[in-house]
Amino acid sequence: MTTPVTSPAGSELLRLHGVRKSFGDHVVLRDVDLTVEPGQCVVLIGASGSGKSTLLRCVNLLEVVDDGVITFEGRDITDPRVDGDEVRSRMGMVFQAYNLFPHLDVIGNVTLALRLVHGVGAEEARARGLAMLERVGLSAKAAARPDDLSGGQQQRVAIARALVANPRLMLLDEVTSALDPELVGEVLDLLTDLKGEGVTMLLNTHEMGFARDVADEVCFLHDGHIHERGRPEQVLGDPQQERTRAFLSRIRAS
Amino acid sequence: MTDQVDTAWEPSEVQREREQWRRRRTVRSAVIASSSTVLLLGAVGALVVSSPGWERVQETYFDWEKAVSSFPAVLEGLWLNIRVMVLCAVLIVALSLTIAVMRTIRGPVAFPLRLVGTAYVDVFRGLPLLLVIFLLGFGGPALSLSGLPTSALFWGCTALVLSYSAYVAEVFRAGIESVHPSQRLAGRSLGLTYGQTLRHVVLPQAWRRVIPPLMNDLVSLQKDSGLIAVLGVVDAIRAAQIQTAIDFNYTPYVVAGVLFCCLTIPMARLTDRYARKKGYHGAGGHL
Repeated sequence: MTTPVTSPAGSELLRLHGVRKSFGDHVVLRDVDLTVEPGQCVVLIGASGSGKSTLLRCVNLLEVVDDGVITFEGRDITDPRVDGDEVRSRMGMVFQAYNLFPHLDVIGNVTLALRLVHGVGAEEARARGLAMLERVGLSAKAAARPDDLSGGQQQRVAIARALVANPRLMLLDEVTSALDPELVGEVLDLLTDLKGEGVTMLLNTHEMGFARDVADEVCFLHDGHIHERGRPEQVLGDPQQERTRAFLSRIRAS
Repeated sequence: MTDQVDTAWEPSEVQREREQWRRRRTVRSAVIASSSTVLLLGAVGALVVSSPGWERVQETYFDWEKAVSSFPAVLEGLWLNIRVMVLCAVLIVALSLTIAVMRTIRGPVAFPLRLVGTAYVDVFRGLPLLLVIFLLGFGGPALSLSGLPTSALFWGCTALVLSYSAYVAEVFRAGIESVHPSQRLAGRSLGLTYGQTLRHVVLPQAWRRVIPPLMNDLVSLQKDSGLIAVLGVVDAIRAAQIQTAIDFNYTPYVVAGVLFCCLTIPMARLTDRYARKKGYHGAGGHL
């Protein structure tokens, strides 16, 4: 059985309750409950197709849930009356394949939303963009095109792009899965730093070592449902569920 | 606990309320959209019909009896448009693809090919179509070359093909160059030759992307096919003109226009469906 981490009601930044999502007949998420506290890092683990990415996309309102309630900053964002653009502008999302805009240079990618969505003037946007690139260690690449960067650099640009408008919540969808092993470290180090700075994160990953180091809570998804959750040392070190054990042993064997 | 297939799922109270709201909103949007459309069309219609000269316009352009009497002649003319269009379209696709491929081959060896392709496009895109038709339509037969037909139809079609191929070649070139270089790499890495990569990897993807602009050119060709009427052949517009000359009633032109639309609109829907079947999505989606 799941062991929900109890938290004082109302303090959470994000809460999912009974979320369900299906594509046609295929039920991808069923009855998902989850909370993320400010400053917390919640890590979703599970096999491919277990619904991790869909869950993040639902939170970002990139998918419309079939049922259930997602509250963000105390407001029900699954209510159809809610302005999705406004909600998304206060979250940062990073994708597995970076999804940088190839027709813009690096600084253009980072400052696009600042200028268009947050109404920041061109000069200030540029200054904030450069500061953000500095933070991810890429200030020298401001004028480069995304295609000219390595995967790790591209992903750090994508993180800078998501982070530059000070989102309340970062959603990271398998951000290292497309990277060469030697490039994974630079991205994970950056995320560890962000965690240290108090950035709230909800992410999914196959990097169990990383999950163990930074997660405040690990949730194991199987078949669209959270089967086990808890502190990383408990879920990863001493899993209670048979499925979790089977998943972890497959991961470790590979 | 979750392995059972949850066929028993019932939407919650919240979800039912949301769906109700969405339904209401859909209905409201549809009502607003359709009523504003009807209102606008009605206003425009009323303005036209209530204008002082409407009766004369109606007599001159929308005379039902004239429409019926001129219909067979215009339809016969349209049959020529259709034949010219189909024949020219096939030739244009072949010629323009060749030009486009010529222009995209890289390397110094292919320089003459690129030069010829570029020069061709520059010249025939620059020349007005009507000029090309006159030039070939009257100049071609005047050459009295043995073996070549002297019919206006032949030379008119030649002019159309030459002129349109220049435009369509650029459409194809844009499509070819929009395919990411990694696709060529992947093709060549499998051992496919340059030509095989082009034929089986690049062109199918390019083709899919240029269907909408190709459609544009096809529709445009359908109407421009009437330009060869200046050489003396009778197409739909020329037939309408002849009918008009009898009593200065312009209804035959309207008949021709309606017939052209009857060709174009189903064709557009058909290409849309074809493109969807081919998996052309573009930047759509619900966002």
